[in-house]
Amino acid sequence: MADPMKIRANAVGDVTEVKVLMSHEMETGLRKDAQGTTIPAWFIQNVTATYNGKTVLSAQWGPAVAKNPFVSFKFKGGAKGEKVMISWTDNRGDKRTDEATIA
Amino acid sequence: MMDAQRRDWLKQSGGITLLTLLAAAGWLKSGCAVADGWNKSAFDTHSLDETMKALGGGAPAQSIDIAFFSTPDIAENGAVVPIGVTSNVAKTESIAILIEKNPNMLAAVFDIPTGTESSLSTRVKMAQTSNVYALVKADGKYYVASKEIKVTLGGCGG
Repeated sequence: MADPMKIRANAVGDVTEVKVLMSHEMETGLRKDAQGTTIPAWFIQNVTATYNGKTVLSAQWGPAVAKNPFVSFKFKGGAKGEKVMISWTDNRGDKRTDEATIA
Repeated sequence: MMDAQRRDWLKQSGGITLLTLLAAAGWLKSGCAVADGWNKSAFDTHSLDETMKALGGGAPAQSIDIAFFSTPDIAENGAVVPIGVTSNVAKTESIAILIEKNPNMLAAVFDIPTGTESSLSTRVKMAQTSNVYALVKADGKYYVASKEIKVTLGGCGG
């Protein structure tokens, strides 16, 4: 299991701004180690953000997204004290879901 | 003696092959399950035309309604290049980030449901100085804007 994500969600007026920092190697599959063997690709493929059971952002990523990926986005609605849930799946089938309370 | 050794070796390697096959089958299975909702062909392209084909769209129209924000002109470290894209095109459905000179062009696709602002930012890797495209799908049509980012230190390999 990967390390937890850092999620910050702030309600400003009727818009909620969400910032997510995930902990993941995001290995491209193109790099070689000291012995010259290729390091296999390992990266997050799918990301979904939900609020109140409704998807507010979904993404497909390739290995070109930087290590320890960062995403920020805004959606309408969302009140203080409610929760935003972020989940990702990587190409090894590993998953992680974290939630944050809107501040 | 020689023959016995050879037989052992054959047995062993036969076993290894079988294991490898099994492992491969298992991996393929889980690979398929993961690949649900991940457009493999689109992430395996090397030009804008190919990517458009894989995404199922025609040639995108240049648009001045797509803007980059908090995106550098010169990135010192190609391993972490912040990219922000805002689309002012009405009915924006998705925003994709493409990097022309990366080994695979498509970096990320974000689907924007109604109620979510068509403006987001993330960080990508860049192999070298390249044009970066923001590809926006709105109302079934594709629009594109580009920006050149100079990279002083590549973010792939090395």
